[in-house]
Order: sequence, then structure tokens, then C-alpha cells
Amino acid sequence: MTSRPQLIFLLAVFAVLAVVPFLGARYPVELATQVMIFSLFALSLNVLAGQTGNLSFGHAAFLSIGGYACAYFLTRLGWPLAVSMAGAVIMSAAAALIIGALCVRLNAIYFSMLTLAFSMLVWAVATKWRSITGGDDGFVGVDVPIYLTNPYSFFWFTLAVCALSVVALWILSASAMGHALVAIRENPTRASFLGMNVKRMRLAAFVIAGAFAGLAGCLLAMYVRGMYPQTAFWTQSGQVIIMVLLGGIHSFIGPIIGAAVLYLLEVITEQYTEYWSFVMGLILLAIVMAFPEGLVGIFSKLRAPRRS
Amino acid sequence: MAILEIVNLTKNFGAFVAVRGVTLQIEEFATHAIIGPNGAGKTTLFNLISGLASPTTGEVWYRQQRLARLQPHEIVRAGMARSFQRVNVFSRRTAFENVQVALIASAGINYNFLRNAGSLFREEALELLRLVRCEDEALRRASELAYGKQKQLELAVALAAKPKLLLLDEPTAGMSIAETKSTIGLIKDVVADRGLTLLFTEHDMNVVFEIASAISVLHHGEIIASGAPEDVRKNDDVRRVYLGQD
Ligand SMILES: Nc1ncnc2c1ncn2[C@@H]1O[C@H](COP(=O)(O)OP(=O)(O)OP(=O)(O)O)[C@@H](O)[C@H]1O
Ligand SMILES: [Mg+2]
Repeated sequence: MTSRPQLIFLLAVFAVLAVVPFLGARYPVELATQVMIFSLFALSLNVLAGQTGNLSFGHAAFLSIGGYACAYFLTRLGWPLAVSMAGAVIMSAAAALIIGALCVRLNAIYFSMLTLAFSMLVWAVATKWRSITGGDDGFVGVDVPIYLTNPYSFFWFTLAVCALSVVALWILSASAMGHALVAIRENPTRASFLGMNVKRMRLAAFVIAGAFAGLAGCLLAMYVRGMYPQTAFWTQSGQVIIMVLLGGIHSFIGPIIGAAVLYLLEVITEQYTEYWSFVMGLILLAIVMAFPEGLVGIFSKLRAPRRS
Repeated sequence: MAILEIVNLTKNFGAFVAVRGVTLQIEEFATHAIIGPNGAGKTTLFNLISGLASPTTGEVWYRQQRLARLQPHEIVRAGMARSFQRVNVFSRRTAFENVQVALIASAGINYNFLRNAGSLFREEALELLRLVRCEDEALRRASELAYGKQKQLELAVALAAKPKLLLLDEPTAGMSIAETKSTIGLIKDVVADRGLTLLFTEHDMNVVFEIASAISVLHHGEIIASGAPEDVRKNDDVRRVYLGQD
């Protein structure tokens, strides 16, 4: 999953991001903040989908649990930022532990369907549990700490959180566990005959993915200053899958590229037409039909045309 | 002393009985061959012992430990590893990565998310590849290797689990004569060097009689003869149903 060219790419991305606030316009800063949040969300899914080979159709559940929890802790309980975020990440991880324990018993499409079912439950709870989530109207108004209310400072905060997350996930991806997860993806039966508890490893990946999705949710809730049930809806889970596939499911940086490209395309397309779904459909079609390894796959083919 | 005890083991697939009331003891440090015609139930028996399939009835004991209902990884951790008749490795990974990840699992560090895997067990992995004569192919994808080499890699992956009891399901199937010869030599050496108990199936009778210290003959899922190679060779039933003589 990891490689030297990808590391160089990541360093370049962070270098470019560090320049964005100095362009003198506010819009690119806000756009970059949004892209970073969704990149982190996509990156978290890829621990499970790309590295371990379990395609969750309900990953938005953990984005929204993290978001609602962070919003609640900051606003209703008045907890400090660090405590609220840590609490929200723990909530997401705990939810992932419970949901994951049931899902990892199943394989392939049954796993995906069960994750979808649980995310719909989370969505239903979000729409109905008015006292906590605000119900259909959403959680409106999040008390963001005063030092993060400025879009520039929030940009830097998001950049720092995402950079730390990327480092952590990179270390995981390149670690003994990361390699073991890839082995499970490639051949779970053989992996179990090496002495690996495949279900428990899958669960570990599920929890890690859920925790980082929850972290992305914290950033999202603070950026939007609110949290809404649509974030838990299955279309959000579908979008992040498309991001991961578009970028390239078998590479570390794929989800980052996919999230950035899809998000920016959406923003641009919506300025000209209301048929974003149509464009997204075409993109998905192109990936599935022609570029199964996503944009990263196209680049590595161009770099080394004779290797497959 | 028996390292493995199989007691009245039966496996039904619907109405079909693939393994029927097999009772068998494998002595520690034995090289025990299970032979029998195609479809006799050899692979099914291995699957039952190694936890890939669960028996309809009967029990398997490894040392003093009852294996029934244990998961494959628990059985591997107890000290038993296996290879597969049809190559079953990580085909999109390199030969080196195949052995390396097996060593990671065997060392029990497969939950370690901090330790960089790149250089882990480098020497040990290359050593194993050298042992099975795949060192030149270390950096090639498993799927790109010739079939015989893939079988040898399969063996290296099984050995990386550091078993006490090794189950090899037709370790030389599909190999050239030269490869078969060298593989047998290497299996013999490894079993002796590491003090392993070997349970294996094999169609090639030359291989069987060259390395087996005991032989059991499976026919239609039943053991029809079991004992020292000379005795089994002389057994009339065996000659009739299997060796096709007389
Ligand atoms: N999962 C299964 N479902 C139904 N029948 C099966 C299954 N697995 C094996 N069998 C049947 O059980 C019998 C024994 O198969 P097995 O693979 O154990 O034989 P074998 O002795 O290993 O043969 P070979 O020498 O060809 O490898 C065969 O008739 C096979 O068709
Ligand atoms: Mg067989």
C-alpha cells in the first residue's frame, strides 16, 4: 500500500496546502478545508476497504457519530476541544467495535449489506432522537472554540489534524499489522493457516477505520457548525466509496486524490449544471469499466507502461 | 507416543460419506503417508484435522488437546501447519512477501501497528526461500512463478509457521521429476533437522516409499491398511484396490 513515490506525493500535497492561506482569498481556504475533511474520511474507509478488503457500505455512520458526539460535547456539555474530540473519537470507535463485531462474521456482499443496515439504523436514530441530535432539523449551532472561529485558523487546525492522521495511518499501513491485513485481503483462508485470527484482525481494522471516520466527523461538525442526518444517510457512504475507488483502492494516497477530485468536480459541476448525479454516474462507470485501480492506477501505468 | 490421535472421524457431504470412521494414530517424529486413489478422501481428512472443515462425528486430539471446533488459527498456534494440494498462497504478493508475512504471523506480531514491516525477518525469509530453492524468485509475484516453484513456495509458507506437526497435501503434485526429487530431499532434511512430525499425502509411490516411516491406505473414505511400509506393500487388499496389481 505504501511506497516512496507516494511519500513524496504526500509531502508535496502538504507543501501546496501550506501555501493556500497565503493566496489572499478566503474561498480556496474553505474549499481546501472541506477537501481535507473528506480526504481523511476516505482515508479511514480505505483501512477497511482497501487494506483489509472489506467494503463497508455504511461508513458514514461513524462520520456522523463522531460529528454528533463532538457537537454535543462542545455545545451541550461545554467540554474543552481536546476532550470533546477525544470523546467523540472514542464513541465512534466503540460504535465500530459493537457494529463491527457483528459485521465481520460475514463475508463479501453480506458484510457490505450488514454495514449498510447498521448505518441506516444510525441514520434513523439521528432523525428521531431529538433531544440529542436535533432530529430532522439537525444539530444547529456548534460552539466552536473562539480561536477556531476564523476560517484561516480552522484551516490550520484541520491541516494539523489531517497531517497527524496521515502519519498515523501511514505507519499503520507500512507496519507488520498493515502487511497482515493485506494478506487477509488477498487470501483470508491462507492467512488463518498462518495463525492469524482473521475475524479479530478485521474487527481491529473496522475499529481503526471507525475511529478516524469519527475524527473526520468532528472536523465536519465544527466546520459546518452543525450536524445533520443526511451525513449518516447511505448516499454519504456511497460517495466515500466512489472517492476511494476513483483515487485507487490499492494505494495509500488513492483515497486522498479521489476525495479531492470528486469533491472539486462536484463544486465545479454544480456551477454549470444541476446534473451532478449524472456526472458522478459517468465517473463511476469509467472507473468500473476501464480503471479498476483508479487514478493512481493510471499514473503508475504511465510511469511503467510494461508492468501491470 | 502419538502426537495426533484421530478417533472415529466421519465427514458427510449430504448423503455422500467422504471420510468414514477413520481411527488413526500418528507417532511423534513419524513421517506418515496417507495414500489412496483419487477421491479417496485424503484432502477431506486433512481439512478435518486442520480445522478447515468440521467433522460430522468423531474427534481429533493433538497431544492432549482436543481440536474439534477449534479455528484454523488456533490449531496453527498449537503447533500444526499445513500446505495445500492446489497452490494456496498470496498470489499477488512476491515470494518474499509471502514468507515474510507468514513469519510475522508466526511471531505473533500481526497486531503490531507501529513496527515497520519492510525489513522484518528479511534474513529468515530469504533463508526459507533458499531452502525451497526459490531465492532467485524472491522478488517475483507468486502468480508469475512456474507451478513447481509455487508448490515449493507453498512449502516455505507452511514451514514459516514453525510447526511441530506438518501436514503436506501432495507436496510434489505438478512438479517436474527433477523438482520432485529435490523437494523430497529437502522435506526429508527439514523434517530431520527440525524434529518434525510429518503427515503427508502423495500419489507418487516412489516418493512415498522413499520417505514414509508409516503408511495408511484410504479407500472410499475408510482406512483399509495401516502400518510399516513393507507390511502395507505386502497387504493383499492394498495391492488389489490401490496398487492395481494381482
Ligand atoms: N465440499 C465438498 N462437497 C461435496 N463433496 C466433496 C467436497 N469435498 C470433497 N468432496 C468429495 O469427497 C470425495 C473425497 O475428496 P478428497 O478431495 O478428499 O479426495 P482426495 O483423496 O484428496 O483426492 P485426490 O487424490 O484427487 O486429491 C470426493 O468424491 C469429492 O468429490
Ligand atoms: Mg486431495
